[in-house]
Amino acid sequence: MFDFSIVSQWIHGLLTSVMPEWGALLIECVLVALVIITLYAVFAIVLIYMERKVCAFFQCRIGPNRVGKWGSLQVFADVFKMLTKEIISMRNSDLLLHNLAPFLVIVASMLTFSCLPWNKGALILDFNVGVFFLLAASSIGVVGILLAGWSSNNKYALIGAMRSGAQIISYELSIGMTMLTMIALTGTMQISELVQQQADYGWNLFRGHVPAVIAFLIYLVAGNAECNRGPFDLPESESELTAGYHTEYSGMHFGFYYLAEYLNLFIVAGIATTIFLGGWAPIYFPGLDGFNVVMGYIPGAVWFIGKTFFVVFLLMWMRWTFPRLRIDQILSLEWKYLLPISMVNLVLMALVVAFGIHF
Amino acid sequence: MNAELIIFLVLALCVAVLSVMTVTTKSIIRAATYLLFVLFGTAGFYFLMGYTFLGSVQVMVYAGGIIVLYVFSILLTSGAKDDKLSTLTKGKIAASLLSSLVGLGVVLFILLTHQFKTAAGVTDTPSESLITIDTIGQFMLSTDKAGYLLPFEAVSVLLLACIIGGLVIARKR
Repeated sequence: MFDFSIVSQWIHGLLTSVMPEWGALLIECVLVALVIITLYAVFAIVLIYMERKVCAFFQCRIGPNRVGKWGSLQVFADVFKMLTKEIISMRNSDLLLHNLAPFLVIVASMLTFSCLPWNKGALILDFNVGVFFLLAASSIGVVGILLAGWSSNNKYALIGAMRSGAQIISYELSIGMTMLTMIALTGTMQISELVQQQADYGWNLFRGHVPAVIAFLIYLVAGNAECNRGPFDLPESESELTAGYHTEYSGMHFGFYYLAEYLNLFIVAGIATTIFLGGWAPIYFPGLDGFNVVMGYIPGAVWFIGKTFFVVFLLMWMRWTFPRLRIDQILSLEWKYLLPISMVNLVLMALVVAFGIHF
Repeated sequence: MNAELIIFLVLALCVAVLSVMTVTTKSIIRAATYLLFVLFGTAGFYFLMGYTFLGSVQVMVYAGGIIVLYVFSILLTSGAKDDKLSTLTKGKIAASLLSSLVGLGVVLFILLTHQFKTAAGVTDTPSESLITIDTIGQFMLSTDKAGYLLPFEAVSVLLLACIIGGLVIARKR
């Protein structure tokens, strides 16, 4: 498997040979930031196009097909439309907080985005407490949503923000519990080590068999709710709240929420890939040596992105298949079913690890 | 003047300015927002020192927990009339000046007279490998001299009491 850290070390060596250490670090930071923002934008475009096509497929429609071949330029047209729109400022509302809120949401999303393992050695933030940092960073976004609802000075936005806040805080518990379950199996929180283990011993979903599969299913449901996507999309349910907490936003400020929503979908899928499906680790079958060698030639980034888009497809399938829930149904689903199940599951995983009955 | 010092100064300036703005602003929700940035700055200090666990806890507990709780309770309780905080009077200004001076004096006295002990094995710049999540977990649940089992359990009893209290207040009569 190709180790990307060779490339990053080569760049670092090249830069330090012509300039002092801090200059090299500064340039590397700027480069990494540029890479993150570019990837963020590219994936947003791909995901929006994919969502429209998948949605059309599930509803027996064709989807965008006029702009460009197979409608492939539709998203670019949408982006340009959004960029030319006026950003409307309102009276009787706190403009500072109104303009700050989308940035809080998108910063939280970008921080989480930079924790994803793209390839062996290609990780941007790789702390010892990686998974915990990831959970912490994703919890910043709630503040942005609540502030957006309050500063819009609009009852739809406020109700949407309260619903969204209650929902995200509740489902964060389940996500934390499933992560704890998997950490109990792997014994590490560092994302690079987590993936390396799976490359050596097999994907966590298979290593942890029954409790890991339960945790994966709970994670998919809770992750979908974390992104405020259907069937949990009632913070922005268009039939009752017009657009929820971003009712009053226009132009690119609305665009930021839109971007963050799609990238959060990608991030949730990426974390599921990292923790359950082996990140960049290729698929190996013990015994089939020829097959394993061929799989090893496929670069890790392709594996990671491929698996992530598979999980994204699962989440989109869920979104366009199930009808929207009521807020009390959403909260009771979390507090009365998912959380107790994930707690029992944690104990089950602890037993599995203690008696060594995993692969 | 190395890079670490520059980052420290920027963070310190942000924290100082935003703390003052937190207590001087007229709008209560803006105060909560400025406090959020003060807490981010504190998390930044921890990350600068290499304490990634403490930094993550700071972001998770304060930004993701306490501030959300503040904003939630402000949204649930405030009406149009208490949008603005109470006005300042001369007595209030004098009292707050006095109490902040006393607080500053106490903190300075302790900082300057206390003999800080260096924990065993901690160098000037703790590297990440020194304090792993594993070590923290062991200390959290150990009953040794440096163990934290008793405070850990005491906090959990406190939280249980809070949950029961909340249920008693919220139950239907």
